[in-house]
Amino acid sequence: MLRRLYPHPYLSLFLVLTWFLLVNQWKLGSLVMAAFLATVIPLITAPYWPHRPRLNSLPALLSYVLLVVWDVIVANVQVAKIVLFMPRDRIQSAWIRVPIELKSPEAIALLAGTITMTPGTVTADMSSCGRVLLIHSLHAPDPDAIRDDIKSRYESRLKRIFE
Amino acid sequence: MTFALDIILSILLVVGGLFGLTGSYGLIRLKDRMQRLHAPTKASTVGLGTALLASMFHGLMIGTGFSWQEILVMVFIFVTAPITANYLSKVHLQSRHFDGQIPKTGVSRDWSTFDDAPEGPEPQLPQRDS
Repeated sequence: MLRRLYPHPYLSLFLVLTWFLLVNQWKLGSLVMAAFLATVIPLITAPYWPHRPRLNSLPALLSYVLLVVWDVIVANVQVAKIVLFMPRDRIQSAWIRVPIELKSPEAIALLAGTITMTPGTVTADMSSCGRVLLIHSLHAPDPDAIRDDIKSRYESRLKRIFE
Repeated sequence: MTFALDIILSILLVVGGLFGLTGSYGLIRLKDRMQRLHAPTKASTVGLGTALLASMFHGLMIGTGFSWQEILVMVFIFVTAPITANYLSKVHLQSRHFDGQIPKTGVSRDWSTFDDAPEGPEPQLPQRDS
């Protein structure tokens, strides 16, 4: 019964949090509205998201987010250096194919988003069967190193969190 | 206290502005379409992040309280920016401009931008596990 009413408990919690961040104050009325939204929105969108993703550990997901934020900052500085100072002819862009072992669509979406947000790499496409990602890298003297880095740094963590 | 906060705010704004400028400069400097795609992803992360941090602390300074909405702005940007980048790169792939450079998938199916729809009947939506 509870499961039918709240098909995605984490989505509901996230919606409550989002609503409180939006109104920016603690009031009982806001809580009522938040509870209403947290019930109705997952129910309406449930047909588009039939499977409940497995989430093994919420703390691990939070530490993953922190790791990505840190990587974004570091990589930003590196890419800024490339854009500003590296001669245009020496920038070696490359297409890289990254075979992935993740199965859960949520985990793959998160991995693709992570790759795009860390500057220097953009997820361009995925194979139809969902087992390989196509990535474009701004400056990749050693494409294999980037692929291995993505697999060991992000994919292994996501695998632990979602599968 | 306010003076120290002033300094921090200024530094954040200047850093954000510099990264935004670098991103825009990359747009005119880099060579081909895919390279230019990398520039805006940069401006929207650190550039926007520092500007929003400055905005949050500014609310603290003028006495309206710490403003939480900026966290939401950041979350939404982080969630939507990769989708824009992905659609733009799909357009570039579709334009056949990079045909010779793109590696093969190495598996039985092609990249989803080029692959035809699978044969047979339309796949059914899986039932909700309730």
